[in-house]
Amino acid sequence: MDIEKNILAYLENIKKSNINAFISCDEDYVMAQVSAVKKGIEEKRFTSKIVGMPIAIKDNICTKGLKTTCASKMLKDYVPSYSATVIERLIKAGAIIIGKTNMDEFAMGSTTENSIFGATKNPHNNEYVSGGSSGGSCAAVAANLAVAALGSDTGGSIRQPAGYCGVVGIKPTYGTVSRYGLIAYASSLEQVGPIATNVTDCVNVLEVISGRDKKDSTTVNRSNLAFSKALTLGIKGFKIGVPRQYIEDADEEVKNAILETAKNFEKLGAVVEYFDLHATDYAVAAYYIIACAEASSNLSRFDGVRYGYRTDKYDSLDEMYKKTRSEGFLDETKRRILLGTFVLSEGYYDAYYMKAMKAKAVIKEEFDRVFKQYDLILAPTSPIKASKIGELIKDSVKMYLSDVCTVATNLAGLPAIAMPCAKDSNNVPIGMQLIADRFNEHKMIQAAYTFEKERAIYE
Amino acid sequence: MSNAYEMVIGVEVHIELSTKTKIFCSCATTFGAKPNTQVCPVCMALPGSLPVLNKKVLEYATAVGIATNCDISSTCRFDRKNYFYPDNPQNYQISQLYVPLCKNGFIDIDTKDGAKAIRIHEIHMEEDAGKLIHEENGKCSVVDFNRAGVPLIEVVSKPDMSNADEVIAFVESLRLIAQYLEVSDCKLQEGSMRVDVNLSVRKKGEEAMGTRTEMKNLNSFRAIKRAIEHESKRQIELLESGKNVLQETRRWDDNVGNSFSMRSKEEAKDYRYFPEPDLPKVCVSKELIMSIKAVQPEFAFTKAKRYKDEYGFSEEDIAIITSTKQMAHFFESTVALSNKPREVANWIIGEMMRNLKDNSMEIEEIKLKPKQLAMLIELIEERKINRGIAKEVFEKAFVEEIDLENYIKSNNMLLVCDEEMLIKVIKEVIKNNPQSVEDYRAGKLKAKGYIVGQTMRMMKGTADPEIVNNKVEELLAAP
Repeated sequence: MDIEKNILAYLENIKKSNINAFISCDEDYVMAQVSAVKKGIEEKRFTSKIVGMPIAIKDNICTKGLKTTCASKMLKDYVPSYSATVIERLIKAGAIIIGKTNMDEFAMGSTTENSIFGATKNPHNNEYVSGGSSGGSCAAVAANLAVAALGSDTGGSIRQPAGYCGVVGIKPTYGTVSRYGLIAYASSLEQVGPIATNVTDCVNVLEVISGRDKKDSTTVNRSNLAFSKALTLGIKGFKIGVPRQYIEDADEEVKNAILETAKNFEKLGAVVEYFDLHATDYAVAAYYIIACAEASSNLSRFDGVRYGYRTDKYDSLDEMYKKTRSEGFLDETKRRILLGTFVLSEGYYDAYYMKAMKAKAVIKEEFDRVFKQYDLILAPTSPIKASKIGELIKDSVKMYLSDVCTVATNLAGLPAIAMPCAKDSNNVPIGMQLIADRFNEHKMIQAAYTFEKERAIYE
Repeated sequence: MSNAYEMVIGVEVHIELSTKTKIFCSCATTFGAKPNTQVCPVCMALPGSLPVLNKKVLEYATAVGIATNCDISSTCRFDRKNYFYPDNPQNYQISQLYVPLCKNGFIDIDTKDGAKAIRIHEIHMEEDAGKLIHEENGKCSVVDFNRAGVPLIEVVSKPDMSNADEVIAFVESLRLIAQYLEVSDCKLQEGSMRVDVNLSVRKKGEEAMGTRTEMKNLNSFRAIKRAIEHESKRQIELLESGKNVLQETRRWDDNVGNSFSMRSKEEAKDYRYFPEPDLPKVCVSKELIMSIKAVQPEFAFTKAKRYKDEYGFSEEDIAIITSTKQMAHFFESTVALSNKPREVANWIIGEMMRNLKDNSMEIEEIKLKPKQLAMLIELIEERKINRGIAKEVFEKAFVEEIDLENYIKSNNMLLVCDEEMLIKVIKEVIKNNPQSVEDYRAGKLKAKGYIVGQTMRMMKGTADPEIVNNKVEELLAAP
């Protein structure tokens, strides 16, 4: 394969595309990488399976010398002085960073509409959202603007848009992939993960970016990082549980898609059972309290002092802070900062933050029990179909509640793989996810790989 | 202070740890570097950067905890203290609130009423902030982040002290402990040790605590003493005139000898502490504690007791000799070589202190070796050199690396005991000072001293004083 020709074709695709998946694409930077990779191939430096692969990067992952905006006015012209560990690993493996993708500002949102660069359209139906917050990355892969992409998943931000865009996305076990260089939204919940059109590419990218990083103390030393070994067929004897709560209140089309998927897994030899997941009752509330609390602190560094946006006119330090942050953040971000500040305040800390942390512990325990029963959990990536652009963004609470199927996974630190399982009446894909116990990615990968190979998804 | 009242004082002491690198990144901590040259994405809080705990900080803090009789938590945690200020790049400080490293310790201090244990509530680890520099035109401020992320420990005492002397004794003991552990240089003036004083007053015999104030900006022991005296007086006057003491933070201005309100309780910030999600729990293993215990030095208070018992030194002398680990080490090394503790102590208290002061040097910087001081003492003892000359040699060896024996020889500093030669010199002096001779013979015996002095001068201090004395007397008596 001629890497240069291939990359030029992708650059051409990006130029022609009208779905607003990319925030930036620096052709000179891309072509410089192509030369470097060609040289690396001549010197036989690469051993990975992703040499020359064009990979799109969510714009909250730092790329040295390339703007990293978080889709925010706050960082509109911010060029990092260092690269995230995941970027260094991709480059070392011979991948090509093809551009930076659109997202909800600071990864806060479920539709990729909450961006100063405008919404990313769903490649399957441009009137609909791509999902979020990694909507740009998922849409780019779905529209063949990149072979793979990196996203970040704090409460479903890889899986939900992967579902809507009809691609495969993985949220690894917490601590598997380094967060060094991922601009933090909620540190204790988020992981960087890969997105691709198929399970194999997705797993190959995951293998490259995974593993302990000295710069991120929350990464763990794992022995079983050879995820591609799980790319084998057959799920006979797998026990799969389906939480009733995740489908009972779901849109009819979503519900039917999951029921159909469950049947298909049975046909493939798995045992499927329906069970009650009580975590559902308080997962969304606990998630938004913890995520917003951490966000309120994580985003306080954007103050106009050292980098990023600073307001034009101010007479005092306080005014500089206030105006910079009022003008630099979009409403949804401000809403979450305010919420997070409130739940950490004196007199409210115990009632909100502490209670949410207790809920988190309870949810973890419940999953521990569930995974004694089942190898995997099957669930929709969202209880609702993709919304029309402009529809869901008006109703924050409705948007928060639509995260119900994904947030518990993050609270418990579990891995999950998302992939399409049907299409809705608007021709937009419906996503399903397989959730595994911590450090058990191989099970979900094997099941997803089997599901993908044994079944033609869109007949 | 009115006799009807007593003070209740607790302190919070910040100690800058002297690790080579910062607490959460590998930037250097060297003092006085060019602004913003010791920074990286982590200590500048660039987006996406993450902290990683420097293990040395944990070891240093644990060592102080052990030395102050604290319980060391088997696991501890970091928390974020949230507040906006430009010297604080993250706009939160990584500190420890909920589960600190050390708890429930104490330090024994000497008071006028005997020994007293001052309890320690906790010791925790945290990061320092950068430095704000206000431009002279008043229009602009700039920030130097070199200090951002320099490791600190905060030692929080219980309110167990009742006067300034006790506070100073506590702070001094703590300084000595940290200094002997070599975890900090503990300089109040340079800010590597910062003391905040929490003080309230109450009528004697009362159980309930009065309303307290917190005093900041105390840059010397003198400032601590003055501020405590001033603040207790202020509070008593308020109470006596029927007013209340406001719970507030005050700033001491040592130049004007007064304190000023910084913020009241109502204005106190809500720091919204919560567990630092970027750092896992810190496990402190039994093995680590044992290994730190094993290498704890003999501390100043133990040495003090020993010097008193073994040598019978006064408390004042002991305080000087044990004032730094290096000083005590110098003393002990010299004693080991010369076996003359009193003589060595005199040299340290006199010449060592004077030369340190005159040269504005720290003991770590001096060139003089214990071996050299021991040799000087021996030479004096053997009457091979005069004390005055020894002091000259000491001064030279203090600032310059010299071969002591060679130096003394080549400068003709050895004691001259040659009687004939000395008689010659004395005769010369007598000849040149007929008035003194006359005075002496007229009964003014003091005049002898002048002749002796002149002789010593002629000999540049190297003459044996005993011989000179005897011979002068003989020669003056014999006409």
